[in-house]
Amino acid sequence: MAGKSSKKAASIDMTAMCDVAFLLLTFFILTATAKIPEALPVDTPSSTVQTKLPESNLATLTIGGKGKVFFDLKGREVRIRTLELMSQKYGVEFTDEEKAKFSLMEGIGVPIGNLKQLIGMKTAERSKAGQPGIPKDSLDNQLSDWVKNARIANNEANNANGSKEELHIAIKGDAKEEYPSIRKVMDILQDQGVNTFSLVTGLRGKNF
Amino acid sequence: MAELNTGDSGGGKDKKVRSKKQNSKVDLTAMVDLAFLLITFFMLTTTLSKPQAMELGLPDKEKPNEEDQNIKVDENRTMTIMLGDNDKLVRYVGLLATPVAGGAPKDFIYGKEGIRKELLSRKAAVLKYTGDPKKGMIVIIKPGKKSNYRNLVDILDEMAIVDVPTYAIVNDFSPEETKLLEGNKK
Repeated sequence: MAGKSSKKAASIDMTAMCDVAFLLLTFFILTATAKIPEALPVDTPSSTVQTKLPESNLATLTIGGKGKVFFDLKGREVRIRTLELMSQKYGVEFTDEEKAKFSLMEGIGVPIGNLKQLIGMKTAERSKAGQPGIPKDSLDNQLSDWVKNARIANNEANNANGSKEELHIAIKGDAKEEYPSIRKVMDILQDQGVNTFSLVTGLRGKNF
Repeated sequence: MAELNTGDSGGGKDKKVRSKKQNSKVDLTAMVDLAFLLITFFMLTTTLSKPQAMELGLPDKEKPNEEDQNIKVDENRTMTIMLGDNDKLVRYVGLLATPVAGGAPKDFIYGKEGIRKELLSRKAAVLKYTGDPKKGMIVIIKPGKKSNYRNLVDILDEMAIVDVPTYAIVNDFSPEETKLLEGNKK
Protein backbone atom coordinates (compact mmCIF):
# COMPACT_ATOMS: atom_id res chain seq x y z
CA MET A 1 0.00 0.00 0.00
CA ALA A 2 2.75 2.38 0.94
CA GLY A 3 4.67 1.57 -2.24
CA LYS A 4 1.68 2.40 -4.38
CA SER A 5 1.13 5.82 -2.84
CA SER A 6 4.79 6.77 -3.32
CA LYS A 7 4.50 5.84 -7.03
CA LYS A 8 1.58 8.18 -7.38
CA ALA A 9 3.52 11.06 -5.90
CA ALA A 10 6.43 10.56 -8.33
CA SER A 11 4.27 11.06 -11.41
CA ILE A 12 3.67 14.73 -12.14
CA ASP A 13 0.48 15.87 -13.73
CA MET A 14 1.41 16.37 -17.36
CA THR A 15 -1.93 17.64 -18.58
CA ALA A 16 -1.08 21.34 -18.52
CA MET A 17 2.31 20.80 -20.06
CA CYS A 18 0.75 18.71 -22.76
CA ASP A 19 -1.77 21.45 -23.44
CA VAL A 20 0.96 24.05 -23.81
CA ALA A 21 3.07 21.78 -26.00
CA PHE A 22 0.22 21.08 -28.37
CA LEU A 23 -0.79 24.73 -28.46
CA LEU A 24 2.72 25.65 -29.55
CA LEU A 25 2.78 22.78 -31.98
CA THR A 26 -0.45 23.96 -33.58
CA PHE A 27 0.93 27.47 -33.81
CA PHE A 28 4.08 26.35 -35.57
CA ILE A 29 2.24 24.09 -37.96
CA LEU A 30 -0.15 26.84 -38.92
CA THR A 31 2.50 29.51 -39.35
CA ALA A 32 4.73 27.21 -41.40
CA THR A 33 3.91 27.97 -44.99
CA ALA A 34 3.21 24.98 -47.12
CA LYS A 35 6.08 24.48 -49.48
CA ILE A 36 4.92 24.86 -53.05
CA PRO A 37 6.69 22.36 -55.26
CA GLU A 38 9.20 24.08 -57.44
CA ALA A 39 8.44 24.26 -61.10
CA LEU A 40 12.08 23.80 -62.01
CA PRO A 41 14.12 22.04 -59.36
CA VAL A 42 17.67 23.31 -59.30
CA ASP A 43 20.74 22.43 -57.31
CA THR A 44 22.04 25.75 -56.05
CA PRO A 45 25.75 26.14 -55.37
CA SER A 46 26.71 26.71 -51.76
CA SER A 47 28.41 29.68 -50.19
CA THR A 48 29.37 30.88 -46.74
CA VAL A 49 27.20 34.00 -46.72
CA GLN A 50 24.53 34.13 -44.06
CA THR A 51 22.16 36.72 -45.52
CA LYS A 52 18.61 35.47 -45.88
CA LEU A 53 16.30 36.30 -48.72
CA PRO A 54 13.42 38.64 -47.94
CA GLU A 55 9.94 37.12 -47.58
CA SER A 56 8.12 39.70 -49.63
CA ASN A 57 9.02 42.14 -52.41
CA LEU A 58 10.81 39.35 -54.16
CA ALA A 59 10.96 38.04 -57.68
CA THR A 60 12.97 34.90 -58.29
CA LEU A 61 14.43 33.98 -61.64
CA THR A 62 15.29 30.32 -61.67
CA ILE A 63 17.81 29.26 -64.28
CA GLY A 64 18.43 25.63 -65.01
CA GLY A 65 18.20 22.87 -67.55
CA LYS A 66 20.34 24.42 -70.30
CA GLY A 67 19.23 28.01 -70.13
CA LYS A 68 15.56 27.64 -69.21
CA VAL A 69 14.36 30.55 -67.14
CA PHE A 70 11.39 30.39 -64.79
CA PHE A 71 9.81 33.39 -63.16
CA ASP A 72 8.33 33.49 -59.69
CA LEU A 73 6.93 36.35 -57.68
CA LYS A 74 5.88 36.74 -54.06
CA GLY A 75 2.65 38.37 -52.98
CA ARG A 76 -0.82 37.62 -54.35
CA GLU A 77 -1.84 41.18 -55.16
CA VAL A 78 1.40 41.87 -56.96
CA ARG A 79 1.07 38.69 -58.97
CA ILE A 80 -2.43 39.54 -60.10
CA ARG A 81 -1.44 43.05 -61.10
CA THR A 82 1.61 41.74 -62.96
CA LEU A 83 -0.55 39.32 -64.88
CA GLU A 84 -2.95 42.13 -65.79
CA LEU A 85 -0.11 44.27 -67.09
CA MET A 86 1.24 41.35 -69.07
CA SER A 87 -2.15 40.55 -70.56
CA GLN A 88 -2.53 44.18 -71.63
CA LYS A 89 0.82 44.14 -73.31
CA TYR A 90 0.42 40.83 -75.13
CA GLY A 91 -3.32 40.97 -75.68
CA VAL A 92 -4.04 37.73 -73.85
CA GLU A 93 -7.18 37.92 -71.73
CA PHE A 94 -7.47 36.15 -68.40
CA THR A 95 -10.61 35.63 -66.38
CA ASP A 96 -10.79 36.59 -62.71
CA GLU A 97 -10.76 32.93 -61.81
CA GLU A 98 -7.56 32.37 -63.74
CA LYS A 99 -5.98 35.40 -62.13
CA ALA A 100 -6.84 34.11 -58.70
CA LYS A 101 -5.40 30.74 -59.57
CA PHE A 102 -2.25 32.36 -60.94
CA SER A 103 -1.78 34.28 -57.71
CA LEU A 104 -1.39 31.01 -55.83
CA MET A 105 0.75 29.21 -58.36
CA GLU A 106 4.40 28.35 -58.24
CA GLY A 107 6.89 29.75 -60.70
CA ILE A 108 6.01 29.75 -64.38
CA GLY A 109 8.16 28.86 -67.34
CA VAL A 110 6.00 29.12 -70.44
CA PRO A 111 5.48 31.78 -73.10
CA ILE A 112 2.56 34.06 -72.35
CA GLY A 113 0.49 32.42 -75.08
CA ASN A 114 0.58 29.10 -73.26
CA LEU A 115 0.01 30.54 -69.83
CA LYS A 116 -3.76 30.09 -69.97
CA GLN A 117 -3.30 26.42 -70.65
CA LEU A 118 -0.79 26.14 -67.80
CA ILE A 119 -3.12 27.82 -65.33
CA GLY A 120 -5.84 25.36 -66.32
CA MET A 121 -3.72 22.38 -65.32
CA LYS A 122 -3.64 20.71 -61.94
CA THR A 123 -0.55 21.21 -59.78
CA ALA A 124 0.68 17.67 -60.33
CA GLU A 125 0.23 17.97 -64.09
CA ARG A 126 2.04 21.29 -64.15
CA SER A 127 5.21 19.91 -62.66
CA LYS A 128 5.23 17.15 -65.24
CA ALA A 129 4.34 19.42 -68.13
CA GLY A 130 7.96 20.10 -69.08
CA GLN A 131 7.69 23.85 -69.32
CA PRO A 132 10.08 25.23 -71.92
CA GLY A 133 11.09 28.36 -70.01
CA ILE A 134 10.18 31.97 -70.65
CA PRO A 135 11.39 33.32 -74.01
CA LYS A 136 14.25 35.73 -73.57
CA ASP A 137 15.56 36.35 -77.10
CA SER A 138 16.07 39.90 -78.22
CA LEU A 139 13.11 39.55 -80.59
CA ASP A 140 10.68 38.12 -78.09
CA ASN A 141 11.90 39.19 -74.69
CA GLN A 142 9.02 38.20 -72.46
CA LEU A 143 11.27 37.68 -69.48
CA SER A 144 12.23 41.33 -69.57
CA ASP A 145 8.55 42.29 -69.64
CA TRP A 146 7.72 40.01 -66.75
CA VAL A 147 10.42 41.60 -64.64
CA LYS A 148 9.47 45.10 -65.70
CA ASN A 149 5.77 44.61 -65.04
CA ALA A 150 6.47 42.92 -61.73
CA ARG A 151 8.48 45.95 -60.71
CA ILE A 152 5.67 48.28 -61.78
CA ALA A 153 3.07 46.21 -59.94
CA ASN A 154 5.26 46.03 -56.86
CA ASN A 155 5.80 49.76 -56.83
CA GLU A 156 2.08 50.40 -57.21
CA ALA A 157 1.34 48.11 -54.29
CA ASN A 158 4.05 49.66 -52.17
CA ASN A 159 3.05 53.21 -53.00
CA ALA A 160 -0.46 52.39 -51.85
CA ASN A 161 1.05 51.31 -48.54
CA GLY A 162 3.30 54.34 -48.41
CA SER A 163 6.43 52.26 -48.65
CA LYS A 164 9.15 53.00 -51.15
CA GLU A 165 10.74 49.60 -51.29
CA GLU A 166 11.84 48.39 -54.70
CA LEU A 167 11.30 44.88 -55.93
CA HIS A 168 14.13 42.66 -54.91
CA ILE A 169 15.33 40.29 -57.60
CA ALA A 170 17.03 37.01 -56.89
CA ILE A 171 18.73 34.74 -59.37
CA LYS A 172 18.55 31.08 -58.50
CA GLY A 173 20.84 29.26 -60.83
CA ASP A 174 21.72 25.62 -61.12
CA ALA A 175 25.31 24.94 -60.14
CA LYS A 176 26.05 23.27 -63.45
CA GLU A 177 24.50 25.96 -65.58
CA GLU A 178 27.02 27.50 -67.94
CA TYR A 179 27.96 31.08 -67.36
CA PRO A 180 26.64 32.57 -70.64
CA SER A 181 23.04 31.72 -69.75
CA ILE A 182 23.46 33.36 -66.33
CA ARG A 183 25.04 36.33 -68.00
CA LYS A 184 22.12 36.60 -70.40
CA VAL A 185 19.71 36.97 -67.47
CA MET A 186 21.99 39.45 -65.73
CA ASP A 187 22.12 41.46 -68.96
CA ILE A 188 18.34 41.54 -69.16
CA LEU A 189 18.21 42.86 -65.62
CA GLN A 190 20.92 45.41 -66.25
CA ASP A 191 19.15 46.66 -69.36
CA GLN A 192 16.37 47.75 -67.03
CA GLY A 193 18.77 49.40 -64.66
CA VAL A 194 18.62 46.64 -62.07
CA ASN A 195 22.24 46.46 -61.06
CA THR A 196 21.84 44.90 -57.66
CA PHE A 197 20.37 41.49 -57.15
CA SER A 198 20.86 38.42 -55.03
CA LEU A 199 22.26 35.07 -55.97
CA VAL A 200 20.49 32.30 -54.13
CA THR A 201 22.94 29.84 -52.63
CA GLY A 202 22.88 26.94 -50.25
CA LEU A 203 24.64 26.83 -46.93
CA ARG A 204 28.22 25.69 -46.66
CA GLY A 205 30.14 24.69 -43.56
CA LYS A 206 32.07 27.39 -41.74
CA ASN A 207 35.46 25.79 -42.13
CA PHE A 208 35.28 25.69 -45.90
CA MET B 1 -15.82 -1.26 -16.46
CA ALA B 2 -16.59 -3.47 -13.60
CA GLU B 3 -18.41 -5.84 -15.91
CA LEU B 4 -15.39 -6.15 -18.12
CA ASN B 5 -13.19 -7.31 -15.27
CA THR B 6 -13.69 -11.00 -15.05
CA GLY B 7 -12.49 -10.84 -11.49
CA ASP B 8 -10.35 -13.95 -11.56
CA SER B 9 -8.04 -12.51 -8.94
CA GLY B 10 -10.88 -12.56 -6.51
CA GLY B 11 -9.97 -9.21 -4.96
CA GLY B 12 -12.25 -7.20 -2.76
CA LYS B 13 -14.44 -4.36 -3.88
CA ASP B 14 -12.14 -1.62 -2.55
CA LYS B 15 -9.33 -2.91 -4.75
CA LYS B 16 -11.45 -2.54 -7.84
CA VAL B 17 -12.23 1.05 -7.03
CA ARG B 18 -8.57 1.89 -6.61
CA SER B 19 -7.62 0.35 -9.93
CA LYS B 20 -10.34 2.40 -11.56
CA LYS B 21 -8.87 5.58 -10.13
CA GLN B 22 -5.45 4.75 -11.43
CA ASN B 23 -6.72 4.00 -14.89
CA SER B 24 -8.40 7.37 -15.16
CA LYS B 25 -5.01 9.04 -15.05
CA VAL B 26 -3.19 8.54 -18.34
CA ASP B 27 0.55 8.94 -18.33
CA LEU B 28 1.09 11.95 -20.58
CA THR B 29 4.88 11.98 -20.47
CA ALA B 30 5.33 10.21 -23.77
CA MET B 31 2.75 12.47 -25.41
CA VAL B 32 4.54 15.58 -24.15
CA ASP B 33 7.83 14.18 -25.42
CA LEU B 34 6.33 13.68 -28.83
CA ALA B 35 4.75 17.12 -28.84
CA PHE B 36 8.01 18.83 -28.00
CA LEU B 37 9.86 16.81 -30.58
CA LEU B 38 7.41 17.99 -33.22
CA ILE B 39 7.64 21.58 -31.97
CA THR B 40 11.41 21.47 -32.29
CA PHE B 41 11.10 20.03 -35.76
CA PHE B 42 8.68 22.69 -36.97
CA MET B 43 10.66 25.53 -35.39
CA LEU B 44 13.87 24.41 -37.04
CA THR B 45 12.36 23.76 -40.43
CA THR B 46 10.58 27.12 -40.56
CA THR B 47 13.69 29.11 -39.68
CA LEU B 48 16.23 27.06 -41.57
CA SER B 49 14.33 26.64 -44.79
CA LYS B 50 14.78 30.25 -45.85
CA PRO B 51 17.33 30.24 -48.63
CA GLN B 52 20.61 32.04 -48.28
CA ALA B 53 21.37 34.76 -50.75
CA MET B 54 24.48 36.52 -51.86
CA GLU B 55 24.21 40.18 -52.71
CA LEU B 56 25.78 41.17 -55.99
CA GLY B 57 26.06 44.71 -57.24
CA LEU B 58 27.18 45.25 -60.80
CA PRO B 59 28.33 48.53 -62.29
CA ASP B 60 25.94 50.47 -64.48
CA LYS B 61 25.87 49.18 -68.00
CA GLU B 62 25.27 52.51 -69.75
CA LYS B 63 28.84 53.41 -70.54
CA PRO B 64 30.91 50.34 -71.12
CA ASN B 65 34.67 50.54 -70.87
CA GLU B 66 34.53 53.97 -69.35
CA GLU B 67 36.49 52.72 -66.40
CA ASP B 68 39.18 51.32 -68.61
CA GLN B 69 39.56 54.57 -70.45
CA ASN B 70 39.35 57.14 -67.75
CA ILE B 71 40.49 55.66 -64.54
CA LYS B 72 44.06 54.52 -64.48
CA VAL B 73 44.57 51.76 -62.01
CA ASP B 74 47.92 50.76 -60.70
CA GLU B 75 48.56 47.35 -62.26
CA ASN B 76 50.41 46.29 -59.15
CA ARG B 77 47.11 46.24 -57.33
CA THR B 78 45.14 44.16 -59.75
CA MET B 79 44.77 40.45 -59.94
CA THR B 80 42.85 38.91 -62.81
CA ILE B 81 41.13 35.61 -62.24
CA MET B 82 39.88 33.72 -65.26
CA LEU B 83 37.46 30.85 -64.92
CA GLY B 84 37.52 28.03 -67.44
CA ASP B 85 35.75 24.75 -67.93
CA ASN B 86 36.21 21.72 -65.66
CA ASP B 87 36.77 23.98 -62.66
CA LYS B 88 39.96 25.45 -64.08
CA LEU B 89 41.13 28.74 -62.73
CA VAL B 90 44.01 30.86 -63.99
CA ARG B 91 45.19 33.99 -62.33
CA TYR B 92 47.78 36.59 -63.15
CA VAL B 93 48.83 39.73 -61.35
CA GLY B 94 49.30 43.00 -63.13
CA LEU B 95 49.21 43.11 -66.90
CA LEU B 96 49.23 39.90 -68.88
CA ALA B 97 52.19 40.98 -71.05
CA THR B 98 54.21 42.26 -68.13
CA PRO B 99 53.09 40.54 -64.95
CA VAL B 100 54.34 41.60 -61.58
CA ALA B 101 57.11 39.49 -60.09
CA GLY B 102 55.68 36.12 -59.12
CA GLY B 103 52.42 36.99 -60.84
CA ALA B 104 52.80 35.15 -64.11
CA PRO B 105 49.71 33.23 -65.25
CA LYS B 106 49.32 30.15 -63.14
CA ASP B 107 46.67 27.53 -62.47
CA PHE B 108 45.00 27.35 -59.12
CA ILE B 109 42.31 25.21 -57.58
CA TYR B 110 39.26 26.50 -55.77
CA GLY B 111 39.10 26.55 -52.03
CA LYS B 112 41.16 26.94 -48.94
CA GLU B 113 44.42 25.49 -50.20
CA GLY B 114 44.27 26.98 -53.65
CA ILE B 115 43.21 30.45 -54.61
CA ARG B 116 42.46 31.63 -51.09
CA LYS B 117 46.08 31.37 -49.95
CA GLU B 118 47.15 33.28 -53.02
CA LEU B 119 44.49 35.94 -52.49
CA LEU B 120 45.46 36.41 -48.86
CA SER B 121 49.17 36.70 -49.54
CA ARG B 122 48.57 39.02 -52.50
CA LYS B 123 46.23 41.16 -50.45
CA ALA B 124 48.88 41.60 -47.78
CA ALA B 125 51.50 42.35 -50.42
CA VAL B 126 49.31 45.02 -52.03
CA LEU B 127 48.68 46.71 -48.69
CA LYS B 128 52.40 46.75 -48.04
CA TYR B 129 53.01 48.18 -51.50
CA THR B 130 50.46 50.99 -51.31
CA GLY B 131 50.75 51.59 -47.60
CA ASP B 132 47.19 52.87 -47.64
CA PRO B 133 44.33 50.72 -46.33
CA LYS B 134 41.96 52.47 -48.70
CA LYS B 135 43.92 51.31 -51.72
CA GLY B 136 43.59 47.59 -51.41
CA MET B 137 43.70 44.85 -53.94
CA ILE B 138 41.50 44.90 -57.00
CA VAL B 139 40.33 41.59 -58.36
CA ILE B 140 38.97 41.24 -61.86
CA ILE B 141 36.89 38.14 -62.35
CA LYS B 142 36.55 36.90 -65.90
CA PRO B 143 34.22 33.95 -66.20
CA GLY B 144 34.86 32.13 -69.44
CA LYS B 145 32.15 30.79 -71.72
CA LYS B 146 32.64 27.27 -70.49
CA SER B 147 32.68 28.08 -66.81
CA ASN B 148 29.59 27.25 -64.82
CA TYR B 149 27.55 29.06 -62.24
CA ARG B 150 29.12 27.18 -59.35
CA ASN B 151 32.54 28.52 -60.32
CA LEU B 152 31.22 32.07 -60.28
CA VAL B 153 29.55 31.69 -56.91
CA ASP B 154 32.64 29.98 -55.51
CA ILE B 155 34.92 32.78 -56.56
CA LEU B 156 32.50 35.44 -55.30
CA ASP B 157 32.40 33.56 -52.04
CA GLU B 158 36.19 33.64 -51.87
CA MET B 159 36.00 37.39 -52.32
CA ALA B 160 33.67 37.58 -49.34
CA ILE B 161 35.84 35.28 -47.22
CA VAL B 162 39.11 37.01 -48.03
CA ASP B 163 37.35 40.38 -47.84
CA VAL B 164 38.72 41.78 -51.04
CA PRO B 165 37.81 45.48 -51.06
CA THR B 166 37.20 45.85 -54.78
CA TYR B 167 36.21 43.23 -57.27
CA ALA B 168 34.44 43.29 -60.58
CA ILE B 169 33.06 40.81 -63.06
CA VAL B 170 34.34 41.56 -66.52
CA ASN B 171 33.18 39.75 -69.62
CA ASP B 172 35.73 40.95 -72.18
CA PHE B 173 38.47 38.58 -73.08
CA SER B 174 41.54 39.62 -75.02
CA PRO B 175 42.80 37.07 -77.58
CA GLU B 176 45.80 36.32 -75.38
CA GLU B 177 43.59 35.61 -72.43
CA THR B 178 41.35 33.30 -74.44
CA LYS B 179 44.42 31.46 -75.61
CA LEU B 180 45.67 31.15 -72.07
CA LEU B 181 42.37 29.80 -70.83
CA GLU B 182 41.86 27.40 -73.70
CA GLY B 183 45.43 26.21 -73.85
CA ASN B 184 44.98 25.48 -70.21
CA LYS B 185 42.72 22.57 -71.02
CA LYS B 186 45.48 20.26 -72.16
